[in-house]
Amino acid sequence: MSAAGAERDALLSVRDLTVTLPVEGAQRAVLRDVSLDIRAGEAVGLVGESGSGKSMTARAIDRLLPKGAQVEGEIRFDGADVARLTGAALRGYRTKVAMIFQDPRAHVNPVRRIGDFMTESLRTNLGVPAAEASKRAASMLGEVGIADGDRRLRQYPHELSGGMLQRVMIAAALLTGPALLLADEPTTALDVTTQAEVMAILDELRQAHGLAMLFITHDLDLAAAICDRTIVMYAGQIVEERRSELLHSDPLHPYTAALGGARPDIAQKASRLRAIPGRPLSAFEAPAAACAFAPRCAYAQPACTESVPDLAALGGGRSRCLRAADLRGQLEAAHV
Amino acid sequence: MSAAVGVPAATAAPAAGRRAGRTGVLGLLRATGAGGMISAVVIAVAIVLAIIGPWIAPYNPDLPNLSLAWVGPVGGHLLGFDFEGRDVLSRLLAGAQSSMIGPLAVVVGAMVLGTLIAVVSAWRQGFTDTVASSGLDILFAFPGILLAVLAAAVFGAGLTAAAVALAIAYMPYVARVLRGAALRERGRPYTAALEVQGVSGTAICLRHIVPNMLPLIVAQATILFGWAMVDLAAISFLGLGVQPPAPNWGVMISENQPGILQGYPLPALAAGVCIVGVVIAFNILGERLFEQAQAVRR
Repeated sequence: MSAAGAERDALLSVRDLTVTLPVEGAQRAVLRDVSLDIRAGEAVGLVGESGSGKSMTARAIDRLLPKGAQVEGEIRFDGADVARLTGAALRGYRTKVAMIFQDPRAHVNPVRRIGDFMTESLRTNLGVPAAEASKRAASMLGEVGIADGDRRLRQYPHELSGGMLQRVMIAAALLTGPALLLADEPTTALDVTTQAEVMAILDELRQAHGLAMLFITHDLDLAAAICDRTIVMYAGQIVEERRSELLHSDPLHPYTAALGGARPDIAQKASRLRAIPGRPLSAFEAPAAACAFAPRCAYAQPACTESVPDLAALGGGRSRCLRAADLRGQLEAAHV
Repeated sequence: MSAAVGVPAATAAPAAGRRAGRTGVLGLLRATGAGGMISAVVIAVAIVLAIIGPWIAPYNPDLPNLSLAWVGPVGGHLLGFDFEGRDVLSRLLAGAQSSMIGPLAVVVGAMVLGTLIAVVSAWRQGFTDTVASSGLDILFAFPGILLAVLAAAVFGAGLTAAAVALAIAYMPYVARVLRGAALRERGRPYTAALEVQGVSGTAICLRHIVPNMLPLIVAQATILFGWAMVDLAAISFLGLGVQPPAPNWGVMISENQPGILQGYPLPALAAGVCIVGVVIAFNILGERLFEQAQAVRR
């Protein structure tokens, strides 16, 4: 199909993933035809507004969808069909695909010590003896910049600050030796100053350990800064995939350009921010036979509301816009 | 202080880990208020008597002396004599054991079964949950006493049959309440985080979900103990539980019942007061613990 479709050597390959969830008796779409590839060691950003389906994508990859979710399409990790994994194979897969969550405090059992939490998977899954597991945990804490690891391991989650706890989560995620990291807005719940620190640690460790990463955020600039490629989602669909450095200078989809234009620029004086008119659509509201972004798009034409555009290869990336080729070059100019 | 205690570790109360244990039990009791603490004392006394009762009984509880039948308190016999002229105080002390151990067996049985069903159905959800819930609905239809009478008819009268039957009859109440708690625990993000770490479902249930439900489990068990005690006493009263002449509070009420009509109510009343006192203590403490458990999970 597209440029990405040719990549057979991808570590993770998602094909035509469509997910529906039961809401009040009806199945509602949350993801539509999501296809993406992540090669070993590569960082891919997944950007979108709330409800665009970026977290759902990560949850589908880690088989964490709510009960009743119907999944179509295929997710392959290292050649294995993820949907078919059960029991020990599924647990093994999950040690290979680690997840870092947005709110570290909610994702740790509050009544267990940090050490119990960090070493649980090592001990129960990989059969590492408790003393050895603790030693590894303490040294991993050192890597995320927590010096007195042995003491921290004996503490409870409530004794640690949010940033500290997120570092613990990152260390725990790296302990089982994963190949892919799913980071679901790992810094959104943190202070701005802590955000930068945690982000730097995450990026550094990822490169040091040679991990692939799917980095989910609503911050286009952050994704562009630390990811090789960035994928933009809107209403449960991928609308653009692009090398990160080209995302601002040469966007391929009006939505990406509008997102870029809607952020404040510290170097320029502007009386108003350019907001995108209208409101973001949820995936289930998206029309079956029209471009989901058309109602808010400055470049929409009658043809845009007649069919869902394909995610077509263009200029080394992919764009789900009928007019992508015409608009190329104008998009960025219109917003600077 | 008292507001922060609740469940020792789940709240962020005491900072240093090494003090958590002490603040734990004592702090929890303090949080249940005066009623809870008095109840705890009553229960503690009953437990101690159940253990050492037979040894501290001043007289042989099984030695009849018909010439002393229905004689009131005299000399060293504080509560007088029963219908066969046995020392009532000694029989109360010796009977504490069988009166307490029966409910204990019922509670342990019902809690283990109920927790298992609750956690499994909350974890698996879907079909398993539906089947388990329907099964519980059916069990709800049978009153405990009825099942116990049935068990006595089939397996013969005695404490074991009655306790097993009551454990099964109480299990749905436990399972229903704990299933809700287990579902809530299951829905918390940390279980998902453990799952994606590759921890198995069994390990998450046993090491995380059940321990986090413990406050509720303890509260349920405490309330259940009171019910079980009343029901077992009733069954013994009917002659289907503990068999006379073995000392037991339920049996004592039954065999001394004629005394109430003849103007010698003390032997039956004394046993009745023991049962009522312990049951009320368990109920109060159980409800207070339940409130605490609910307050913690907001």
